[in-house]
Formats: sequence, structure tokens, C-alpha cells
Amino acid sequence: MEQHILSLSGLGRSFGSTRAVDRVTLDIPPGQFVGVIGRSGAGKSTLLRLINRLIDPTEGQIRFGGADVTALKGRALRNWRRDCAMIFQQFNLVERLDVLTNVLVGRLADHGFASSMLMRFSDAERALAIRALDRLDLAPQAMQRAGTLSGGQQQRVAIARALVQNPRIMLADEPIASLDPGNATRVMEALRTINREDGITVLVNLHTIDTARAYCDRIIAMRAGRVYFDGTARQLTDDVLRDIYGSEGLPAFDPSVTSTAIRPVVTA
Amino acid sequence: MTAALAAPSSAVLAFERDFAAHRARARVTFVIVSLALVMATLLTADFSGFFRVTQVTLADGTRAERWVILAGIPKLGDYIAKTIPEIRWSTLVSDLGEWFWRWRIWADLLVETVLIAFMATVMGLAGGFVLSFPAARNLAPARWVLWLSRRYLEIARTVPEIVFALIFVFCFGVGPMAGVLAIAVHTAGSLGKLYSEVNENIDMRPLEGVKAAGGSWFDQIRYGAVPQILPNVISYTLLRFEINVRASSIIGYVGAGGLGQELRTAVALGEHTDLSALFVIIFATVMLIDWGSEKLRHRIIGLGRTL
Ligand SMILES: Nc1ncnc2c1ncn2[C@@H]1O[C@H](COP(=O)(O)OP(=O)(O)OP(=O)(O)O)[C@@H](O)[C@H]1O
Ligand SMILES: [Mg+2]
Repeated sequence: MEQHILSLSGLGRSFGSTRAVDRVTLDIPPGQFVGVIGRSGAGKSTLLRLINRLIDPTEGQIRFGGADVTALKGRALRNWRRDCAMIFQQFNLVERLDVLTNVLVGRLADHGFASSMLMRFSDAERALAIRALDRLDLAPQAMQRAGTLSGGQQQRVAIARALVQNPRIMLADEPIASLDPGNATRVMEALRTINREDGITVLVNLHTIDTARAYCDRIIAMRAGRVYFDGTARQLTDDVLRDIYGSEGLPAFDPSVTSTAIRPVVTA
Repeated sequence: MTAALAAPSSAVLAFERDFAAHRARARVTFVIVSLALVMATLLTADFSGFFRVTQVTLADGTRAERWVILAGIPKLGDYIAKTIPEIRWSTLVSDLGEWFWRWRIWADLLVETVLIAFMATVMGLAGGFVLSFPAARNLAPARWVLWLSRRYLEIARTVPEIVFALIFVFCFGVGPMAGVLAIAVHTAGSLGKLYSEVNENIDMRPLEGVKAAGGSWFDQIRYGAVPQILPNVISYTLLRFEINVRASSIIGYVGAGGLGQELRTAVALGEHTDLSALFVIIFATVMLIDWGSEKLRHRIIGLGRTL
């Protein structure tokens, strides 16, 4: 698979008078594990949605290799969405369908109308889906209804769905925000494995600084729609954090308050 | 505790003030709305002639003025009395035989009636189902698609079956086909509206998940929406089947097949006991279908299948 740089230039999105994302310019080389942090409303979700093209930018451009992603339409747009898989905080699975079918949804971009409407998938696709589930230790649950799984299991089903898309980029919008520490760790480990073994670029929104420090090669902090910090975990000092989260009024800012890690992570 | 009671903060006082004002406003609104409703009811009752007075002949031959409802109720009793057949215990079998004297024809027509209802429900289900997605505000791919499918469903369900039946009898001739089409169009309109309201209440996150994975609009509907609405669709459709059996037993009145044509001849020829016999048949059938579909509905919903 060819490796391309994902580059955002002057990317912006406004909702009425709010500039949710404001002239963001970034280059993300292939295979990087990038964490995006920032306080609520900073524009993290909007940024990921712009990249996946779930929403359209009001200004700027997204390029991937030679292609102008912002100009894609129809079939090409669906293929782009397949190439940059998305994982949501609320999992966004179809609860009434079984786990296997939920994973096979990741194959829909390559299906015609009839086979998709009849929910007809090839044996090869099923095998792919089962292998993906097995990587996430969920093969035994394949025939269970997705709604009957725990939150952590559902998020891993969502990751399996993303995997069968054969994506080049994986976008995860607060994937561990509604999980307990144990499940949060499993999900983050799964993302790390995918990043390292499959060479997939990972872009993950996080609210927990420890997690960002522990997993990400690069941390991007957003504030009011802008990129406020872009660097390594080491460069992310407490002073920078205080600026990002705007906690001037609070006596002491403690990053471990937002931690989900089980074992204590050495901070800074 | 007592300290808090002794000195309520200004925020609490402000709340008490706002709350009292809110209560007063709510009370005024309630009175106004109630008065308006009572007025509207009285006006419409008057308009429909509920307060009319009519002349009646009393037992001693004199004529007197009576309120229309009181004057009419005895007549209703008379009519019903006429339709009740004479059945004696000693001649029960032959009396029943006489009451249902046309049972061969009625049995055939009953089957036709149920088949018309079934066929029309299937066709209406298909039409309503397909249109319910573009007619749902949250799912319609474009404004004009929403507008068009909504108007179509409105027309289809506003026009009564009997009117469609008249039109289709004119187009396709007397017979059950006209009845099937008439009821199917109306069913599509009603079910389409009901389904589209179910659609508007679904959880959109699964659809977003399908979209983010590269699924088309149809994929989002098929994988995200359909599994969510299916139990409701089945439930509404079975209910509609019951309604359609009632409808299909009437539309024969205008020549669109089913038992209705017998109702018409019975009324025209003054065969009052035939009317009660037909009523018993229709009543029994609808009850049977009611019971069956309820059993089925609970079965299907209880199953929680993954379709
Ligand atoms: N669909 C929308 N319509 C209107 N405003 C929106 C919409 N989506 C996002 N916004 C606004 O854009 C800004 C950024 O929102 P966004 O969801 O990207 O923030 P976030 O960083 O993901 O926050 P959180 O950490 O709470 O998830 C907010 O002010 C939000 O109110
Ligand atoms: Mg968000």
C-alpha cells in the first residue's frame, strides 16, 4: 500500500458565528500515532469529522497524497471514508444486528446495491471479519446481538469494523471516554497494535492527558478551534496544559484527575 | 437545616418569585384553553344538528315537539329489532339455516374479502415502507424528496377507500382487483405516515457509523434504520390488516369485490335479517383476525430477531 501524508491546509468550519475549527494546518506522516487534546468545545470532534468528510469544511483543504479530499463526491467520497475509518465515543453500532454483521458493515463501500440490500457477503469477507474479531478477542461473540455486549466489547467491535475497511488512517473520537479503566486500556492497546503492526496512522481525540502521553508519538492540542500546541509528550509541560485547559482560576491543575490509567503513569 | 430555612439566599427567593409567576401563567392558560374547548364543542354540536327539535306522534295521536336524539332512539330500536331473526329452540337448526340461507355465497365472498384485505395490506406495506424513508425529516436525502413523498402519502391517505374504489371500478371494471388497489393505495398512505414517524424517532448514531464506514444512503437505511424500526413496522402492519378486513367488507358496496355487495342488496331489497347475518359474519372474522394478529405480534416482538 502506498504511503501518503495527510495534510490539512487552512482547514476551517463554522457553525453560524462559532468557528469550531479555525484555519488548521497540519501534516501527518503515515504511521504516526497522534493524540488530539483540548477542552470541551475546542473543535476536536469537528476536526475528525472534517477529515472523514462527515461534515464539509467552510474553508481550506484536505489532501492525501496527490488527491484533494475536499473535492471528493459520490463513489470516490465513499471510498475515502472507507480509507479513513472512524471510531466514535458512543460506538455507533447497530444494536439489533449481530456482531458479525456490524463488522461486515465495514465492507459496504465495496458492495453493489443488491448484495448490500440483501446483506449478502462473500465467504472471504466473513473470514476477514472473523479474523478481525479474533484479533480483538471477540470471535466467540460473533453471533451475539451487538446491543447485548458491554461498552468495552462494543468499542472493540467498532474497531474490528474499522479494521475490515482496510483503512490507511484510523480516526477515533474519544474512544475511551465512556469506558472503565480496564476496558479503556484494552481499547488503547488495540489501537497501538494496529498502529504498529499494520502501519495505520491513528488520530485519536482524548480527554485524558496520561493516556495521550502514554500512547501518542505526537500530541496536538486545540484551543478555540486553533492548533495551540503540536509536539511530543515531553514538550507538553504543565504550563502548556494550564494554557490549553484554561484553568487559571483553579488553584492547582492536576492532570492525573482526568486519568483513566490503572497503573500510575510517570508524568512529565 | 433550620439555618437554611431561616435565611433563604437571594437565588432561592428569585426562584420562588419566578415559580409563582409561572404557576399563575399556567393557570390562566389552562382556563382559557378549557373555555375555548367547551365553546368549540358546543358550536360543532349545534352545527351538526344535535340541538334540533323534531315533531313526533304520541300514542294518543297528538303531535308534540321532542329533542331529536330522544325522538330517534326508539326508531333505532325498531330497526335493530327488524334485523333480529326469529330463532326458536325447538327449530334451532332450521331457523339458523334460514337466517344464513345464502351461506354458500357468503362463505365465498368472505374468503374474497379476506384475500382482498391481505393483498392490499401487502401492497400497502411495500409502498408505505419504501416511501417512509424519504418522508422522514431526519432521513430524507433532499428537501424536495421529503416534500414530494409527504404530499404523495397525504393524498393517498386522505382520500377514503370508497372513493378510490369508485375510480378503480370505473377504470378496471367491477371485481376484487379494484378493491385491492383502492385499499392498497389508502394503506400505503396510512402506513407510510406511521412508519415515517417511527423513522423520525430512531437513534441516528448507527446510521452515522455506516456512513463513516463508506456506506451509501441506502446502506445507512438498510443497516442503520431498518433493524430499529422493524418491530414497529410489523406491529402496525398487522393492525392495519384488521382495519383492511373491515374496509374490504364495505367496498363491495360500489362493486369492488367482497361481502359489501351483499350488504347493498340486503339494504336495497329490505332483507333485514340478512343484514344481521352479514354483521355477525364480519364481526366474527374481524375478532378472529384481531386475536390471531395479536398473538403473532407478541411472538414477533418477543423474538427480538435480527433482521
Ligand atoms: N452540528 C453542529 N451545529 C452547531 N454547532 C456545532 C455543531 N458541531 C459542533 N458545534 C460547535 O462547534 C464547537 C466545537 O465542537 P466539537 O464537538 O468539535 O468540540 P470538542 O472539542 O469535540 O468537544 P468535546 O470535548 O466536548 O467533545 C462547539 O462550540 C460546538 O458547539
Ligand atoms: Mg467531541
